[in-house]
Amino acid sequence: MSTRDPDRRPVHVGGEILASRGHGAHTHVTILAPSVAERFRPGTAVAVSIGHPAGRSRLARRSYWIHEARPMGGRGLAVGIVVKPRGAGSRWLAEAPVGTRIDVTGPVGRPFALPRDPVSCLLVAHEHGAAPILPLAQRLRERGCSVTMLLSARDEAHLMSARDARRSARAVTVVTADGSVGLAGDPPEAITSTLAACDAAVVYAAGPVSVLHSVAAAAQDHGAWSQTAVEVASPCATGLCHGCGVPVVDEAGSPRWARACVDGPVFRGDRLRWAELR
Amino acid sequence: MRSRASVANGSWSVAGMALRSPVIVAAGCGGTGRELAGYGPLGDLGAFVTRTVTSDPRPGAPAGCVAESPSGLVHATGMPNPGVDHVLATELPWLVTQGTRVVVSLAARSALEAERLAARVGRAPGVGAVELALAPPDGASADLAVGQEPYEAAAMVAAVLRGLPSGVPVLAKLRSDPSRVVATARAVADAGAAAVVVGDAQPAVLPDGRLGGLSGPAVRPVALRCVRAVRAALPHVDVVGCGGIATPDDVMAGLRAGAAAVEIGTALLHDPTTAHRLAAALREETP
Repeated sequence: MSTRDPDRRPVHVGGEILASRGHGAHTHVTILAPSVAERFRPGTAVAVSIGHPAGRSRLARRSYWIHEARPMGGRGLAVGIVVKPRGAGSRWLAEAPVGTRIDVTGPVGRPFALPRDPVSCLLVAHEHGAAPILPLAQRLRERGCSVTMLLSARDEAHLMSARDARRSARAVTVVTADGSVGLAGDPPEAITSTLAACDAAVVYAAGPVSVLHSVAAAAQDHGAWSQTAVEVASPCATGLCHGCGVPVVDEAGSPRWARACVDGPVFRGDRLRWAELR
Repeated sequence: MRSRASVANGSWSVAGMALRSPVIVAAGCGGTGRELAGYGPLGDLGAFVTRTVTSDPRPGAPAGCVAESPSGLVHATGMPNPGVDHVLATELPWLVTQGTRVVVSLAARSALEAERLAARVGRAPGVGAVELALAPPDGASADLAVGQEPYEAAAMVAAVLRGLPSGVPVLAKLRSDPSRVVATARAVADAGAAAVVVGDAQPAVLPDGRLGGLSGPAVRPVALRCVRAVRAALPHVDVVGCGGIATPDDVMAGLRAGAAAVEIGTALLHDPTTAHRLAAALREETP
């Protein structure tokens, strides 16, 4: 690492929940985590520990994409994450009161790679996959890229704010399965038509495997690059346990298992072995 | 007892190796070393046991091979490693410059393969010792020789010693099975193991039914019992305690049970700074 590069390596710190607010199906949690937020790049995540430190019996970490790095007055920068309560860990986190102490490791993982030139980019996010995509849009816009965004969800409650998206994107398309907001439809069709319309050179995506696979396939057909962020439970989130293997092909074309937590979560769409990724 | 004397004067040794600290990183829980080094200098730790190295590369397993269980993790990762050639060419040369004792964990399909593997690893510059994984919990599914019976474990240790240059000690990592650990420890010590590591994960199954091992604080009392039993039966053999150690009190309990040092595994997966925190706490403990 050259001396001019800022230190982006993850740190493990004691954090504190500063705010927790429900938005539809999601809970937005703001965590004060010294020096984590300063190192944030879109696509990276924080790993948090679940439960009170004394008597903690859940040992696997829970990883969440960093949605924002937010100044908290005199207290420095905090990280914002978007929690979809699903299992015991995410429910605990979503319900944890303000002031809860929480161990945080981050930022973990490889961020979205940014294009060198100001090209046209399509950003695709399904539901809380918008968490890393919205700050990415801002970063791309700052670099002069033309940003088109496609946000999809099963219904309005699961859609993250399209208002934020409109600040950094030239065009935003919203698709819901039930048509409760935006167009009624499924992500795959929308991806193909939006990509054709915006003629993007790079497609970025975060969401379930089915959406990411559609993005990778559409990008390939279109001759565009794709950068897909997978959501895979990572038990340690630091690259140590090898519990989050993702099927990839390496540069030589040989199959191997990459660790979602440190080799990802962002992978080039043409490097993932989609048939084996579930 | 020796361990009390060690705590009092801050001098530690296992298998004839002087250690800076009794806190050792357990096999497979410190990655290549680089992942962990980002959270603290490896030189502050007593030793670093590498992930288990095999002759051929092992690709690992898809996500889902590590699962949470109360106060533990069940795992069946298939011992991912790039194979001995790659480890000797790339990972080890860096690791031996980090100022910690480097112990290379080995597993093999047969005694002959273990001997050949030990011959290559033992001649690599900077290798302090070899730890032979005799009871990997998913060993059978990973097609490895497992020292199920004491004589089998002894034969594997003897084979490794035939391959190693003199002066490189063997640590034999056994299963924490209170009903057999003393017999196995005696057999491997008779075969020439300089220390026993007690012990590996408890046999378990993953939620999807795959065979794996249970590690973490859930197994700590069992491991502690095994340490005590081996120490009592074989006072001349160095014992390294391994299993669920996560706090300074756990380290002290292991040392009081007769362990010469302790290995930290699962706790590192929960908090990558654990080994460094424990080593620092032990330094404060000793004048």
